[in-house]
Amino acid sequence: MINKSATEMAAALKAGEISSVELTQAHLDQITKVDSEVHAFLYVDNEGALSQARAIDEKRKSGVDLPPLAGVPLALKDVMTQKGVPTTCGSKMLEGWRPPYDSTVVTRLKENGVVILGKTNMDEFAMGSSTENSAYGPTHNPWDLTRIPGGSGGGSSAALAAFEAPLAIGTDTGGSIRQPAAVTGTVGVKPTYGGVSRYGLVAFSSSLDQAGPCARTVLDAAYLHEAIGGYDKLDSTSINAPVPPVVAAAKDGNVKGMKIGVIKELQGDGYQPGVLKLFNESLELLAQQGAEIVEVSCKYFDYALAAYYLIAPSECSSNLARFDAMRYGMRVGSGSAEDVMNLTRQAGFGREVKRRIILGTYALSSGYYDAYYGSAQKVRTLISRDFENAFKLADVLVSPTAPTTAFKIGEKANDPIAMYLNDIATIPTNLAGIGGMSLPSGLAEEDGLPAGFQIMAPAMQDDRMYKVGSALEAALVSKWGQPILASAPKLGAK
Amino acid sequence: MALKYEDVIAKYEPVLGLEVHVELGTESKMFCGCNTVFGAAPNTQTCPVCLGLPGSLPVVNGKAIEYTIAIGLALNCSIAPFSRFARKNYFYPDMPKNFQTSQYDEPICVNGYLDVTIDTEEGPKEFRIEIERVHMEEDTGKSLHMGGATGRIHGADYSLLDYNRAGIPLVEIVTRVITGTGKYAPEVARAYVSELRDILRGLGVSDVKMEQGSLRCDANVSLRPIGVEKLGTRSETKNVNSLRSVERAVRGEMIRHAELLNKGEKVVQETRHFHEDTGLTTPGRSKEQAEDYRYFPEPDLVPVAPTAELIEKIKSSLPEKPSVRRRKLQEAWQVPDKEMAAMINADVLDLVEATVKLGADPSRARSWWLGEIARLANEKGVAAAELPISSADVAEIVALLEKGELTDKLARQVVEGVIAGEGRPSEIIKIRGIQVVSDDSALMAAIEKAIAAQPDVAEKVRGGHVPAAGALIGAVMKETKGQADAAKVRELLLKHLGQA
Repeated sequence: MINKSATEMAAALKAGEISSVELTQAHLDQITKVDSEVHAFLYVDNEGALSQARAIDEKRKSGVDLPPLAGVPLALKDVMTQKGVPTTCGSKMLEGWRPPYDSTVVTRLKENGVVILGKTNMDEFAMGSSTENSAYGPTHNPWDLTRIPGGSGGGSSAALAAFEAPLAIGTDTGGSIRQPAAVTGTVGVKPTYGGVSRYGLVAFSSSLDQAGPCARTVLDAAYLHEAIGGYDKLDSTSINAPVPPVVAAAKDGNVKGMKIGVIKELQGDGYQPGVLKLFNESLELLAQQGAEIVEVSCKYFDYALAAYYLIAPSECSSNLARFDAMRYGMRVGSGSAEDVMNLTRQAGFGREVKRRIILGTYALSSGYYDAYYGSAQKVRTLISRDFENAFKLADVLVSPTAPTTAFKIGEKANDPIAMYLNDIATIPTNLAGIGGMSLPSGLAEEDGLPAGFQIMAPAMQDDRMYKVGSALEAALVSKWGQPILASAPKLGAK
Repeated sequence: MALKYEDVIAKYEPVLGLEVHVELGTESKMFCGCNTVFGAAPNTQTCPVCLGLPGSLPVVNGKAIEYTIAIGLALNCSIAPFSRFARKNYFYPDMPKNFQTSQYDEPICVNGYLDVTIDTEEGPKEFRIEIERVHMEEDTGKSLHMGGATGRIHGADYSLLDYNRAGIPLVEIVTRVITGTGKYAPEVARAYVSELRDILRGLGVSDVKMEQGSLRCDANVSLRPIGVEKLGTRSETKNVNSLRSVERAVRGEMIRHAELLNKGEKVVQETRHFHEDTGLTTPGRSKEQAEDYRYFPEPDLVPVAPTAELIEKIKSSLPEKPSVRRRKLQEAWQVPDKEMAAMINADVLDLVEATVKLGADPSRARSWWLGEIARLANEKGVAAAELPISSADVAEIVALLEKGELTDKLARQVVEGVIAGEGRPSEIIKIRGIQVVSDDSALMAAIEKAIAAQPDVAEKVRGGHVPAAGALIGAVMKETKGQADAAKVRELLLKHLGQA
């Protein structure tokens, strides 16, 4: 059963073929079996998950009408607060902290009867593209344990690929949902900014952070999207409008007459040939289904990475100021408050986090603000304008999700720029606040590892991504004869 | 030997800049639903948002925005159709997020003014104080430094933090540079804060209690030699918390600066603490190592964009301006300028008005609040409004005086009783057995006794020298322990001595 999709599990639960307790236990068993190899989880909430599952089973027995995903298990990225459950953000700084409140995403998961298995590994405070920056050790890619599972949400995507959970929550600031999805052969969606509440998402870069669904199929992601999405009065930046009809769009999957725009700037140099080949084959499949493929140009995308690495660190330098040992989390040293703050921040933050705090502090300093933060905001506006113009020519825009398949653990650890380049295709959507989806496009011929196909849609038109994604997924699965993860190596042998 | 104030102003022109912080009287905090009541047990009025817990997000309190717009309109400001919050970044343990959510280059109200009048030997003088901006921000928590001698952080053994105040809505009202006040600078500063306080109280947006810190003033003072255009170096005296202190702090700083300048020394640009007891200031942190607050727009909040309808609605519900109200009261009560100024200075105008509304004669109401009650307040070192005597009590006392059931002297005993907490006026009269002696025979006995004691005086009065009767009346009043009505005594006495 753990190899099925969440939608199939939900149907089996509804039909009484399996109980939520059994389904939850099966996933907990799989975690026990494989997570020593994968290390997707930082915390497994055995008791909490089973008691949630029991409650759902009882409700179902009493004949209450339950939401679509009731009783289905999920893995939660450790950046979202869950009342009473450790939340570390992959940092020593928050070791042992148990938040006294639920994030809105968790509140909605609970309302929908989704069973939360535990918290997944991530790059510290969501800063990274490989999950190597976790203070608790890296997560391993289930396709090849010597490789990275992407980042920052590598734990969530690895948990899906290793069948430890059928659903997961990720957060995406520059690609942290989509790039891990691409390199693990799973589906990940960054909704429109403001589409899912950020309340309880420990902030990295407030104007870019967006929580979203991770799954193994487009339809599963759509169900999860509808469960967690929508207006929240606790988040001033959440959009007060209905969630786009993503489930209906995923079920529809008809792309006939849709215009699909290929972004010229997001291919070519720096992209692995096998990844590009899979991308072009995917375009071919969409064309065969009646979509019209057009080329568009977004010339300011060349500046996206530079703008991102000014805006995100600037906001993070302020967001992470609260970790000062005064109220919660780690405390190092004694003496004056200032000494304790200094010593704690020195000991509690990892290298990448410190690098970005220093970068952001510098970029916001008086005398530098206009040249750095100010200019970056201008670039951001220009990138939004690029998207607006492109969307005049196409209903959705597409690109490879990441330039390469999963690289080896340690390969780029000492080269931050090479690491940053991994997000070159995902960052523009965050800067513009629009939605982006990644789904598997196949296995690259050079290394047999999964690659991702990215679909972007205008703000609050997230349903378009699901329509196109669903069409492509159906064509690919029919071509392969099975879901992509069926060809992943078997884990848990050791 | 301190420099004389006259010598300071003979040589230098003072330049002021005043920043007033006002805690808004909203029921909930600026960015969360927590209660704002003053004096609750430490850390009981907190939540994930005002504690800045990881993941929490702010939501703007709409009432606070409306209050701030009302303040801006009352200060003749234009209201920005679009304004933003910004983060002011600095580390301090009582600031939960280590940044303060404030407004920076896009405040909600700009370019206003406030006219203030001060009483001078040449008559009333009006000054226009230009307002640069009115903006919103959140208050910080409070640090209590334990151990050590001073209560300050240096030398303390440890510190306790109370976050009840963290996130209380604050409005900061900043003036432009104030010039042209000359020797009146201290009075103008005081009058500005006083007028501002009256406006805020009238708007009902704050309880404006300076002593509790819900209204506090930072006074920037600099001097420049008369005739010189270039501004001198300023000092900023923080958190001055009474009207009197505002005046003293400005005067004190003017003298201190002049002494330095006369010696050819430099004024250091720094913040200073004002000490109520000595009237002097001591240095705080130096602005030469000024912090870089790294302001940037608050990404967790959307811009504040009040609609024209909202602004119009607030404008139409603004109360009368305090200056207009004062003019109306002055006309209605027929009070001379001096007396009016005295009431304003003693901060009893509201109390007198309330007393009059309850039926008391304006001049009697005024003389009680400005006289006996003000004297007792002064004795206790508090404001008249803080004494436990209400306008209803004073109205009752005035009514009893008019009915002849109390004499001035007896009424003073009643006032003292009310303030001592013995009860309401009628109860005190009962408890203390206070009674006016109006029995003619009892009074006559006392008059006879007085005449017998001072026969020569009585003779003078009989001879037509009526003013001499004062001594006899005084003796009668003394004999009756003040319980007699002096007018009645006078009438009986003069009749008895053949003068009526």
